[in-house]
Amino acid sequence: MKKIGINVKRKLIQIAAFGFTNSKLANFSKGNIYTGNWKQFCNPGLNCYSCPAATYACPIGAMQAVAGSMNYRFSFYVVGFLLAVGVLFGRLICGYICPFGLIQEVIHLLPVKKIKIPKWMTYIKYAVLLVFVIILPAAVTNYMGIGKPTFCQYICPAGTLEGGIPLLSTHSELRQTLGHIFSLKITILVLVVIGCCFVYRFFCKTLCPLGAIYGLLNKVSFYHMTIDDHKCIHCGKCASVCKMDVNPVKECDSAECIRCGKCVESCPTDAIHLGFRDKKSSQ
Amino acid sequence: MDSKTKRAMRYLTLVSAFAFMAYGVTRGEVSVVLNKAVNICLECIGLG
Repeated sequence: MKKIGINVKRKLIQIAAFGFTNSKLANFSKGNIYTGNWKQFCNPGLNCYSCPAATYACPIGAMQAVAGSMNYRFSFYVVGFLLAVGVLFGRLICGYICPFGLIQEVIHLLPVKKIKIPKWMTYIKYAVLLVFVIILPAAVTNYMGIGKPTFCQYICPAGTLEGGIPLLSTHSELRQTLGHIFSLKITILVLVVIGCCFVYRFFCKTLCPLGAIYGLLNKVSFYHMTIDDHKCIHCGKCASVCKMDVNPVKECDSAECIRCGKCVESCPTDAIHLGFRDKKSSQ
Repeated sequence: MDSKTKRAMRYLTLVSAFAFMAYGVTRGEVSVVLNKAVNICLECIGLG
């Protein structure tokens, strides 16, 4: 019997995770969002909580909501959740669970020339995390001490796509209040969609603050990659198949690796291992 | 980073993560998250 490839398995898990985090599909036609108790829990991936189908809270939105609230400047609850998920799985979440990651991969299927981005662009997401998610919501507050979720407000293309467009299409009263911020957000969404056509996971690589958090934790996470130096013949196949532009042999703990497993499948000597345990090195 | 340090970092981060979550829950952050998530977030959809 033919073995199912890692890419097919990954796609099936991504679709299942997408459905699990966006199970309230009937809300699209009603123009409502889900208001049940599941929303007190965060989703591990980036998924706008104003998406009509969303079942859980977006961790990046939730972190800013708490930091910008009247009583708190920092969210121990959400940061703790992200640290736990990140240290257990690292960027495996990006590769297998994140709904916006799947959307970007679908866009990337469009038959246009594929390009790579320069390495410096991958550092932008750390600045986005620091400035728009951590500092601004807590530091820029009104007279009541309430801050704004600045990443959601000025950048997040997932919010515009999953929440903005569906809700504005069903609420005429909301459409009447559209202004410059919506124009900015639509422009960013269009740029991200164009970027995703040419660059694999353009948003994950350059702008995603959640990817930045999980990327840093990739270096110490329980789920990790190991290279068997005795088996590796340095053929370079793993680096050539990697769509995140990582060379696993040089950097198996790279913050950019989304643990998709393509390199593991491509390795002719079975030298790359992904898992919670270290694989014993062969002599 | 050697494997011993890495292992120590893993467990330290995991323990801190659960301590953070527990502290966040006890000081009432969950209700802030729920309150934000069950109302249409005007900033998220571009009206903020």
